Amino acid sequence: MNWKTFLALLGRDAHVARRNLVPSLMQTFLQPLMFVFIFGRVMVSSGYMPPQYKSLLLPGIMAISMVFTGVWAVAMPLIGEFQFTREIEDRLLAPIEISWLAIEKVFFGTFQALIAGLAVIPAGWLLLRPGVGLNLRSPLSFACVTLLVALFSACGGLALGCSMSQNHIGLMFSMVLTPMIFFGCTYYPWSALAHFPILQRVVLVNPLVYASEGLRGTLVPQFPHLPVLAVFVALTVFDALFLGIGLRQFHRKAVS
Amino acid sequence: MLAGIRTRDLRKIYTSPPPSAAGGGFGFGVAPGRGKKQPKPQIVALDGISLEISPGEIFGLLGPNGAGKSTTVGILTTRVRPTDGQAWIGEHDVWAEQVVVKRLIGVVQQRPNLDFSLTAREILLFHGAYFGLNSEERAKRADTLLDRFKLRDRADQMVRGFSGGMMQRLSIARAMMHDPQVLFLDEPSAGLDPQTRLLLWEIIREYNQRGKTILLTTHNMEEADALCQRLAIIDHGRNIALGTPRELKASVPGGYLLRLRFGQHSPELLQRLQTLPGVREVRTNTDRKNDASSDATGDNSADVYADRGGSLVSEIANLASSGSVELCDVHILEPSLENLFLHHTGRSLRE
Repeated sequence: MNWKTFLALLGRDAHVARRNLVPSLMQTFLQPLMFVFIFGRVMVSSGYMPPQYKSLLLPGIMAISMVFTGVWAVAMPLIGEFQFTREIEDRLLAPIEISWLAIEKVFFGTFQALIAGLAVIPAGWLLLRPGVGLNLRSPLSFACVTLLVALFSACGGLALGCSMSQNHIGLMFSMVLTPMIFFGCTYYPWSALAHFPILQRVVLVNPLVYASEGLRGTLVPQFPHLPVLAVFVALTVFDALFLGIGLRQFHRKAVS
Repeated sequence: MLAGIRTRDLRKIYTSPPPSAAGGGFGFGVAPGRGKKQPKPQIVALDGISLEISPGEIFGLLGPNGAGKSTTVGILTTRVRPTDGQAWIGEHDVWAEQVVVKRLIGVVQQRPNLDFSLTAREILLFHGAYFGLNSEERAKRADTLLDRFKLRDRADQMVRGFSGGMMQRLSIARAMMHDPQVLFLDEPSAGLDPQTRLLLWEIIREYNQRGKTILLTTHNMEEADALCQRLAIIDHGRNIALGTPRELKASVPGGYLLRLRFGQHSPELLQRLQTLPGVREVRTNTDRKNDASSDATGDNSADVYADRGGSLVSEIANLASSGSVELCDVHILEPSLENLFLHHTGRSLRE
């Protein structure tokens, strides 16, 4: 492991992210915050939704923002850089094992997802106030869940980015991310699916369920949620799984 | 530390089309499948290449598109995993000691693969940073290279809008940024105008004078002749000739090649051609198997290798008319690497 090279690779990604800051921010926050405003503010104020929905919604929106940011931050550049132009070649030839380049991408994606997740809390709170009942009983559990969610989003981004070509980006959103978000217990708790017992079991393969439920369990535990311990275990398994798949796919793409 | 390059019996078989990292054309010969158990097509890119390149040498790999030049460079630069065989940079096994090897080498790939998210200067600065140069050293080297490659006035622009030639110059500058011991240049002058090509040759020679080893691939005879101290000619993944440009040219019988086309086929005439003074060898299409150009030249053609050129034509014409055979076309090729390639493969080596 060569720290100087690793830091230089991080420096390059940070430099590029800084250059694209405004479009990235719009991409990350605009949709979730509009959703928060319409469902949390307009629908609640007009009486179509109960007031406590505000508090229920916020962790789900946080999960969506984190997953979207992490996947986007890692997958999109990778898809582009592995295309015909092979923009990544310079970094593949940097004096560091190839896996570390993939890990650097995950590291940076995790960082971006964390920023996105943590920024949604004050932004959502500002849009929804008053009446958001955040109840942070165990900051350590919250920190661990947030970190695992961020890591899952970046590892997922690595696996997706190295498995898809540029032609399939649209498909990635319509076939992977959109169903994940709608069946990811983001806008409703998992227990709300009790009337659909089969669906309730099927959605357990969706990692976003554990992200939403974990954040709900640590941020607004007054609502029903999956046990936090189960969330830890599931997210750790998903993190390891996606990191493994991502590294394997990265090697396949990088070396012929 | 001076470093040479060595390969032993390198083989590479692709089971899917090689990505652009391996570059090159896609005209590889397809190996016959071995029974029904292997449905995947196997593309043999390298078929046992062994090379020994001394430290401080400018060595050229010459061959047509798809000959295996870029795959050889890909293996030597850690970017392609060999199916078989071994490669070393200095004393370091390329596959087993990738990080050490990557410090020793600079690579210019066939297609510019610049980081489009950065400006020209940033590309050089970040490249320097990957190799652990401090910021002062990075800035100094970047400025020197931008000046040398005449890119100073566009240094702070994004490279997306650069012309092909500018991208190529920047790719070469980038490869030199960390002052590598061994420089790989895969078709470095492709897409460059003649003036820039000369500038590039000058820079390559200068770099070599500092004791650096340079391996370049080309299908340009003039470039191989002008730059390379030694050459390997490869075709279909095999090394078909090796030596200095002078040695290689001398290895063609006579040096001159006269490509003849007659009005009709006459074995008797071909035999009599052999007897002309200065004629070393007469070849016909039937001698040249796997000849890609045979359709164009027809059955009535002959290649005459001789130690003189123009002065033979009148004698050949006389011989033909005495045998009542019309001489339709004569093309004289002076001693060159092109002739050498034709001699070994029966095929022309065109750009």
